[in-house]
Amino acid sequence: MFSFILRRIAVVIPTFIGVTLLAFALIHMIPGDPILVMMGERQIDPEFYRAAMQRLGLDQPLYVQYGHYVLNVLQGNFGQSIVTQEPVLSEFLKLFPATVELSLCAMMFACAIGLPAGMLAATRRGTVIDHVTMGGALTGYSMPIFWWGLILIMLFSVHLGWTPVSGRIALEYDINPVTGFMLIDTLISGEEGAFKSALHHLVLPAVVLGTIPMAVIARMTRSAMLEVLREDYIRTARAKGLGRTRIVIVHALRNALMPVVTVIGLQVGTLLAGAVLTETIFSWPGIGKWLIDSISRRDYPVVQGGILLIATLVISVNLLVDILYGVINPRIRHAR
Amino acid sequence: MSTPIQTTLNDSGGALSYPSPLKEFWQSFSANLGALIALIFFGLLVIAALFAPWLAPHSPIEQYRDALLTPPVWVNGGSWLHIMGTDELGRDILSRLMHGARLSLMIGVVSVALSMLPGIVLGLLAAFYPKMLGNGIMRLMDIMLALPSLLLAVAVVAVLGPGLLNTMLAIAIVSLPSYVRLARASAMTELNKDYVVASRLAGAGKLRLMFNTVLPNCMAPLIVQGTLGFSSAILDAAALGFLGLGAQPPLPEWGTMLASARDYIDSAWWVVTMPGVTILLTVVALNLLGDGLRDALDPKLKKLA
Repeated sequence: MFSFILRRIAVVIPTFIGVTLLAFALIHMIPGDPILVMMGERQIDPEFYRAAMQRLGLDQPLYVQYGHYVLNVLQGNFGQSIVTQEPVLSEFLKLFPATVELSLCAMMFACAIGLPAGMLAATRRGTVIDHVTMGGALTGYSMPIFWWGLILIMLFSVHLGWTPVSGRIALEYDINPVTGFMLIDTLISGEEGAFKSALHHLVLPAVVLGTIPMAVIARMTRSAMLEVLREDYIRTARAKGLGRTRIVIVHALRNALMPVVTVIGLQVGTLLAGAVLTETIFSWPGIGKWLIDSISRRDYPVVQGGILLIATLVISVNLLVDILYGVINPRIRHAR
Repeated sequence: MSTPIQTTLNDSGGALSYPSPLKEFWQSFSANLGALIALIFFGLLVIAALFAPWLAPHSPIEQYRDALLTPPVWVNGGSWLHIMGTDELGRDILSRLMHGARLSLMIGVVSVALSMLPGIVLGLLAAFYPKMLGNGIMRLMDIMLALPSLLLAVAVVAVLGPGLLNTMLAIAIVSLPSYVRLARASAMTELNKDYVVASRLAGAGKLRLMFNTVLPNCMAPLIVQGTLGFSSAILDAAALGFLGLGAQPPLPEWGTMLASARDYIDSAWWVVTMPGVTILLTVVALNLLGDGLRDALDPKLKKLA
């Protein structure tokens, strides 16, 4: 068991080194002089230029710079924002809970709709219900989610006036960020209406972000269920005279869940990429919007650090899914 | 639960003869209604794109100052002059969408070509030289897969600068790993087959083995992946355009058209709706087409679905 985990971690290390190289190369591939590019059109006196050069370590040979960079990263120093002068890591940690909250709710929405839809389609295979569900899944899977967000805003926020257009909570509430999760913080604060306001702000972005995972989960559940429903033990259960619902939920779903859970794990990357678009549309103060804003402000240290942090996150989650998979399934653990 | 047994009789009768591969493919493909409709839609889109300068009623950048935000023809206040209405600068939306189809199709073709060709070569190399070179290539691909594709594309564009060309480059780079992995995996299964061994014994060189012997037998999954890659290229390009990192205004790229549409969600729904519906329909059609191609080219996979 222990050696299995070690082996998995060992495989990830070269990937991580590669990602640091990528992030490092990022700032060096900017065409032209990075400092001039970052400072824009403003006049820079040579003294300031040299200082900036030195502060960013750009006056040293590349391998030295890379060495410094990796050492810094290992100590948790991901650079400093040019605009706010704050360390990249602390900015990331401040905004990260917002993205996690949004992603978790999106995933819950995706599972709540996707799983039953896939089961329904599988048990009613070939019927109108199956075709409609799978047509819906195909549409969801092909959805340009930035447009989907605009359409939902147009419908629910502008025409019906049910939900707010942007942000995490109405301006009149001043919530102390204890956990960083607005839903929990509003409950802790005990302010009347705050939780409801936070929930209202969350619904649309979560639906938008959850649309593609929902479609993927529905498709995966359907095909996994179809596979399982063919098995002998389902026939046995049916022969025993068990009810249809019991067979589907207790006997089939349990066995069909394995590939579905894997797919859910693999959606983390999709969620983070989708968060960039969703957060931009809804002005959701998470890491996706942060990254895009930094790009338009040419705040390259933030872009560099943000990319590295997100890549690390995706690698870690994939590693975790891998390890969990081995824990659940001994056959994988012992395979070479 | 039971599937009907299909029997095909050859009209020519007489001796048992196999249909040509192309005919067989078409029979299987045209049985799929969704894929057929998708093919027709895609064909129309290609025609609209190719002949946009002649088919489009207006120029995509001409600004009709006296017809700002005209609604589409079927809404009160609309006119046949602008069938899908005009945008905030008085430009004809239908014409912009038709010219935008040229951009989207070009982005699709160029980025699929730019990722598929190197992807095939790298994948074959990785399969033929599995030790040092293969391992190196695959590790590199793992690194690229560590970032979600849109984020990696955003990072590439952040470095190279926004624009149409860089969008295509970014998407090509991002989708490279899937082709490499697919080409390598299918080449590896082919490599152990008798015909490859026979060809090797007959003295075929490495290059001949790679491109003449093995590659043609790996093409089916690559073609399917290419179709699906086409749709994700269009989607990613539109997303980059929407974020302001892709094609720049006044280019009528579909995603770029949506970037400015946000300000009109409460007044002019058509400015928001039309480009999005076009993107959605195109991507759905391409995905249906990909599914149809996969079922027709690779009957083994169909059983699983």
